[in-house]
Amino acid sequence: MLKQIEGSAAVAEAVALCRPEVICAYPISPQTHIVEGLGRLVDGGKLTPCEFINVESEFAAMSVAIGASAAGARAYTATASQGLLFMAEAVFNAAGLGLPIVMTVANRAIGAPINIWNDHTDALSQRDCGWIQLFAEDNQEALDLHIQAFRLAEELSLPVMVCMDGFILTHAYERVDMPTQEQVDAYLPPYEPRQVLDPAEPVSIGAMVGPEAFMEVRFLAHAKQRQALDLIPAWASEFKRVFGRASGGLTHTYHLDDAETVVVALGSVLGTIKDTVDEMREQGVKIGVLGITCFRPWPTAAVREALSGAKRVLVLEKSLAVGLGGIVSNNVSASYHGSADDVYTVIAGLGGRSITRGSLHRIFAAATEGSLEPVTFLDLDHSLVDRVLAREREHRRSGPIAEGILRDLGVVAAKIG
Amino acid sequence: MFQIRIHGRGGQGVVTAAELLSVAAFREGRHAQAFPSFGSERTGAPVVAFCRIDTHPIRLREPILEPDALIIQDPTLLHQVDVFGGLRKDGYILINTSRSFEDLGLGEFAAGFRAERLCTVPATEFALKHIGRPLPNAALLGGFAAISGQISLESVGAAVREKFPAKVAEANIAAAAEAFAFVTQALREAAHA
Repeated sequence: MLKQIEGSAAVAEAVALCRPEVICAYPISPQTHIVEGLGRLVDGGKLTPCEFINVESEFAAMSVAIGASAAGARAYTATASQGLLFMAEAVFNAAGLGLPIVMTVANRAIGAPINIWNDHTDALSQRDCGWIQLFAEDNQEALDLHIQAFRLAEELSLPVMVCMDGFILTHAYERVDMPTQEQVDAYLPPYEPRQVLDPAEPVSIGAMVGPEAFMEVRFLAHAKQRQALDLIPAWASEFKRVFGRASGGLTHTYHLDDAETVVVALGSVLGTIKDTVDEMREQGVKIGVLGITCFRPWPTAAVREALSGAKRVLVLEKSLAVGLGGIVSNNVSASYHGSADDVYTVIAGLGGRSITRGSLHRIFAAATEGSLEPVTFLDLDHSLVDRVLAREREHRRSGPIAEGILRDLGVVAAKIG
Repeated sequence: MFQIRIHGRGGQGVVTAAELLSVAAFREGRHAQAFPSFGSERTGAPVVAFCRIDTHPIRLREPILEPDALIIQDPTLLHQVDVFGGLRKDGYILINTSRSFEDLGLGEFAAGFRAERLCTVPATEFALKHIGRPLPNAALLGGFAAISGQISLESVGAAVREKFPAKVAEANIAAAAEAFAFVTQALREAAHA
């Protein structure tokens, strides 16, 4: 059924269609509307049987999800930013224990300086935690990925993180096709745990493993993630069969056939990138797009294949490996057949900075002309940076950077975008 | 694609207005995307929300920098925010005020635009009359339907009914209808002036 609703409401409804039995969450912007929506569905008796557990922190949210999942319940939670960091220890445990929890991350920057707006720093900080990480391009895909996530998680007995851009998707009203309960039930059978805390057949979960077998347990975690590289496209195909639309999978490609320049990105910025690429194609530029839907496991072969004809690759990412450059670009470089010198990193949209067609056009043109630096910060205000650096040269006690830069900038309320 | 930017202050329902607009367009079979500016959400602070309407799916995620139409919920913003920034020369402007463009000191500015696409409407007065609270949203959307023809008054009404309980919805719809009639009449008078 077609609906014009907020992204968060669409995700809440889709999660409810997956019949979770335990939902535990601690509110944090921009995730709040999702769990509020689910709270209303549970409270109103529309999602039953399901227990919504209010917890005192994100650490507790993930810990309760672990307990619920180990007891055989289909468990869901959602968070963002500092919330994800606060639960980090339990996030690793959920993966290490092999518990099929599904979690939405409404992507948001990490402080300091505190910032509630969108980028991918939160999810990418957990890239090595052992969870499958899927990134949604629009609200339809966000909705669809949650349904696929439960199927994948339970098939593999691994937790899955569905990442959607905070505010840009979570707070956007757009058209979505909401599936029926019958469709979701046909795709997602009741949860049959591989391991369960059952008083009738007692086991313990969470053994200490010493040097004699720890490597082997970690190897199996890695092997399982690589196995997911086959299952993810398979379950995306099955999804298409049941729901009648393509969604999810490892990657999305756009105009790659003859592309000499390929732009790689994750999440909602792909829409703006595709519109920009259309404009450049009209001008005869051979440029295409590779969208990474599945960031973990990293789809090495799919990326290598997609980039096989590219003379240069521009990775545009909403994340920064401080002291290195790009996180996504580092992964891309390792899968690119050509020279690492032909992989350009563009850091963009940090802390909610708008990414516009105009800026993308400029940076893509620079890449095709070969005039791009290896690492570029899109739309960086160099004068603002220079003032801070000058102040630091002039005064030993130059003061806190964030406060100083805001003073230099003055009133920003008049700015649009 | 038709792009609308709505300026107001936190608490006036700017974001809701953009959402309602997108629902109205959706009900007419078009694609629509509404989103807030994600700024600080303090009561009274300047807030911007956006709505795109198209016959095709909308992929673009940048803020609306060159709007086809502006809806200004609070005329005091004119001195604080660059509300007219990027407005297309053939664009529409609807301002919530009982004053005219000349009275607002915008006479010279308005001369650069098409007169039949500019209008002021006392939306807050209509809201107070019908709803009993200074919430000019629905009235402004009624006025927008009249000035732009992008959506019908009926679709605005349907969107309002979807969002609010019946009693509140009907009061808002009455305010929207009065604003629609007011703007239609103002444009007719301007055309004959």
